[in-house]
Amino acid sequence: MSNTLVVIGHGMVGHRLVEEVRERDHAGHWRIVVLGEEPSPAYDRVGLSTYLKGTTAEELSLTGAEVRADPRVSLRTGVGAARVNPNEATVLTTEGETLHYDALVLATGSRPFVPPVRGSDLPGCHVYRTLEDLDGIRAAAEPGTNGVVVGGGLLGLEAADALRGLGMHAHVVEVAPRLMPVQVDEGGGAVLARLVEELGLRVHTGTAVESVWRNERGVVSGVSLTDGTAIDTGMLVFSAGIRPRDELAGPAGIEVGERGGFLVDPSCRTSQAGIWAVGECAAVRGRCHGLVAPGYQMATVVAEQLTGGGEAEFEGADSATKLKLVGVDVASFGDAHGTSEGALEVTYANNAAGTYAKLVLDDDASTLLGGVLVGDASTYTTLRPLVGRPLPAAPEELLFPGSSPGGVGAGALPGEATVCSCHNVSKNDITAAISAGSAEDVAGLKACTKAGTGCGSCVPMLKTLLDEAGVVTSNALCEHFPQSRSELFEIVRATGIGSFSELISRYGTGRGCDICKPAVASVLAGLSGSHILEEEQATLQDTNDRFLANMQRNGTYSVVPRVPGGEITPQKLIVLGEVAEEFGLYTKITGGQRVDMFGARVEQLPEIWRRLVEAGFESGHAYGKALRTVKSCVGTDWCRFGVQDSVSMAIRLELRYRGLRAPHKIKAGVSGCARECAEARSKDFGVIATERGWNLYVGGNGGFSPRHAELLASDLDDEELIRILDRFLMFYVRTAERLQRTAGWIESFEHGLDHVREVVVRDSLGIAADLEEAMSRHISDYTDEWAAVLRDPDKLSRFVSFVNAPQAPDPTIEFTEQRGQIRPAPVMLPVPTTERSGLVSEEVSA
Amino acid sequence: MNWHRVCADSALPTDFGMAALVAGHTVALFRTAEDELYAVGNVDPFSGAGVISRGIVGDRAGEPTVASPMHKQVFSLRSGECLDEPTRRLPTYPVRRREGVIEIGLS
Ligand code: SRM
Ligand SMILES: Cc1cc2nc3c(=O)[nH]c(=O)nc-3n(C[C@H](O)[C@H](O)[C@H](O)COP(=O)(O)OP(=O)(O)OC[C@H]3O[C@@H](n4cnc5c(N)ncnc54)[C@H](O)[C@@H]3O)c2cc1C
Ligand code: SF4
Ligand code: FES
Repeated sequence: MSNTLVVIGHGMVGHRLVEEVRERDHAGHWRIVVLGEEPSPAYDRVGLSTYLKGTTAEELSLTGAEVRADPRVSLRTGVGAARVNPNEATVLTTEGETLHYDALVLATGSRPFVPPVRGSDLPGCHVYRTLEDLDGIRAAAEPGTNGVVVGGGLLGLEAADALRGLGMHAHVVEVAPRLMPVQVDEGGGAVLARLVEELGLRVHTGTAVESVWRNERGVVSGVSLTDGTAIDTGMLVFSAGIRPRDELAGPAGIEVGERGGFLVDPSCRTSQAGIWAVGECAAVRGRCHGLVAPGYQMATVVAEQLTGGGEAEFEGADSATKLKLVGVDVASFGDAHGTSEGALEVTYANNAAGTYAKLVLDDDASTLLGGVLVGDASTYTTLRPLVGRPLPAAPEELLFPGSSPGGVGAGALPGEATVCSCHNVSKNDITAAISAGSAEDVAGLKACTKAGTGCGSCVPMLKTLLDEAGVVTSNALCEHFPQSRSELFEIVRATGIGSFSELISRYGTGRGCDICKPAVASVLAGLSGSHILEEEQATLQDTNDRFLANMQRNGTYSVVPRVPGGEITPQKLIVLGEVAEEFGLYTKITGGQRVDMFGARVEQLPEIWRRLVEAGFESGHAYGKALRTVKSCVGTDWCRFGVQDSVSMAIRLELRYRGLRAPHKIKAGVSGCARECAEARSKDFGVIATERGWNLYVGGNGGFSPRHAELLASDLDDEELIRILDRFLMFYVRTAERLQRTAGWIESFEHGLDHVREVVVRDSLGIAADLEEAMSRHISDYTDEWAAVLRDPDKLSRFVSFVNAPQAPDPTIEFTEQRGQIRPAPVMLPVPTTERSGLVSEEVSA
Repeated sequence: MNWHRVCADSALPTDFGMAALVAGHTVALFRTAEDELYAVGNVDPFSGAGVISRGIVGDRAGEPTVASPMHKQVFSLRSGECLDEPTRRLPTYPVRRREGVIEIGLS
């Protein structure tokens, strides 16, 4: 161990370099000293945003126990390099120690760029780069207030979504005329802005922060933008680009690139002998790379040189990127802006669906050069590896696989194509790992090939490759049950087991959790018809089911009585008004054609419902994974165009399926003609009147991934419609997985809707009679859950605020007023402390 | 530390938490299937709402837990620590059973 390698910076790339050297240095040539300025050793910065959604620092950490235990490596976290002296081959640490090196690798990364706006250094201003930055943001976030992110690029959008996740109203300010200007073009930008706004973020493009206001305490209180917009906010997050951290260069006489960064040649050597630079701080031939994949490539290049692997060179980088925002798909790869000479563009825009796709092809349209996908990036994992290769199919077929038979799947990918660009893993590497039996699922592939452990965007492709190799991926419900929901349904049906405790003791392990308990509760409710708050069942329910109401952000509940088909008498409307007034509830018309009353405390629920039940209302199941509403238009009774009586049909269907417990909620609609005013095709089942009867559509929903329902059967009379619906719904209840709505369930069958049609219309499995029978049992067993609670003193006894003060209002609940109604005023109670924490559970009774 | 009488032992169902108001503090009280008693703070540190008693009781690798009903973070009933995010925790309180009455200790 005669030679010392000093690595400055323990970020993603510095860490990778250390790993690569450890792996190759069989001779034990190097002793490695790593200086890392951050308090924690290297972690997955790419996955940083998940830290605000519950991923722990431990889970993000890249440094396993073997590195820490390796005697060749000395990892000094919390210690920076203050100065490099190439003449003496030494590094001075921030602790005043001088270290000698034989080789030095600079891996100092970047720092966020904060535009020089006055006030950008006030308390309340943040950047978004490290775990500490995020701790600061989390501590300062005030739910319900505005948060402003400066910068509408990839990171800015991630940061804004994180603020939203913390309950803030997030604004994004981008000086360019569109979001993600580097990755997407104008057409894509327009679609992207809409998707992002639908997510709840406010977008301000083509404008910049003009001034930052401060309050009397010297803390940020708002901003004004150059377009005149003013936003009250206590939180500003700057995410307006990054700058390489090259401050060690000057005093050490290391040359820097024109736009900063340690200037290096393709072998990553700086202008000083024995010093290399890798990652975001390295300007390879003058250009810095702000992604992890090129950094990893540089780490390999340098590790090879250090371990006698000859003169490896950095080949240039894949700049493919995918936005990691749930619900907003954006991907950009290769020559996304079509700047190559003679490049041709094929563009598809569907403004109605909110999707945009562009492929960039070479001048004779035979080779894929790049592309932009917005709204639906599902083809990204197939397209990205094809860059620079001949098109295996027509552009339409690549963008819409499945639009013609035998579409382009993983099969179209050549073996040497890169599947995971973060870790440079090819399709061959993956299939080899699968066929060697070293990986049985995505987690296994991640462990043995590293694929999927970077940005995660290749994970869908890993799944596809596993599927194509015939590997069955696990669908265990949770740590307590190895079975899926549908398997448990079959077990319960076959064995007649009637309780969670019996099921878990015979088929599972442990005590259960918040995943399996509600799932089993739904299975039991679907099969037994007993009240969901009956004895042990009550302990399984999600909080909404447990109190038969929806929990709100301050711990109060909302009350939604059923209004079948949206039809309500004036008298009943008056009752709703009276009840809301008497109990001081906030009222709102819902998107489901009924009235929601918010702000009820637990102990008030029985009294509120006593009034409602007396007036003829029943539970609307807004809290349940159950039938919600059957929305309707006015139909033939009033409408000039109606061809069938949609209101009567909607009411009939809502009353028939009310209370039906399912893997997820079920929504429906009935429209009186093809004008479709009830938006039935956005529902799990939608019924649209025709001259001759009804068309039945299934598998639609709004929400995260909107789907249009597809035609299952046409021109049905009333009785046929109901028969098919009975079968369809029961088949769904029995065979879908936890939290799978009808659309996902239908897609899960190999032949999709065709299969469902075979089963429920043509009865190919011979189970139709059984399904109908089960539905008629559900209908005859139906009772109103709230009326049943009011009759049962035992169940009523649970509706108390405190076991020792049943009617005392919870002091943590407070309201303010807004537009003449109440609104929650969240109070963060100081958390009381005890002298002794920890459990003393002792039996002292006689 | 003072022991506060909270409720009859029979008033606390198994695996179904109840909130209690003890000397101005809101406390979530639980009984597990093994008949162990636990008392932790009722205020969810993530949302600031007093809802922990209404969470689902279960276990993670044998550790008794409750999941906040607001956004489903899971807390250890023994230590109060949030297992999904160790930076947050619930305060824990001594709890005992005496002559058929559950008592909580508070300073
Ligand atoms: C009240 C209401 C908003 C409003 O003021 O209009 C509402 C409120 C909630 N919705 Fe909704 N949704 C409401 C209509 C909708 C609609 C529109 C519709 O039904 O026509 C949609 C899109 C249509 C759809 O579901 O396909 C909708 C899509 C969602 C989703 C996303 C579902 C998805 O498949 O992605 C969720 C989340 C979930 O269920 O997991 C959700 C969840 C929720 C929850 C239950 C969130 C929660 O867990 O606390 C909200 C609480 C309601 C409460 O406290 O009473 N809500 N929600 C609407 C009640 C309708 C009703 O009368 O029952
Ligand atoms: C929120 C977020 C999301 C991202 N998403 C993606 C993505 O989806 N895809 C992608 O490819 N990339 C993404 N990135 C970028 C990616 O994280 C970086 O490209 C990668 O971390 C670069 O690695 P690095 O080692 O060069 O720099 P870093 O990971 O920043 O590490 C540099 C380290 O050096 C330390 N250091 C600096 N100076 C000194 C000194 N003088 N002494 C000691 N230590 C020092 C720093 O404190 C830091 O810990 C994302 C980044 C962020 C912040
Ligand atoms: S009502 Fe629906 S859309 Fe509005 S915040 Fe709640 S879940 Fe989201
Ligand atoms: S492409 Fe980023 S993890 Fe595979």
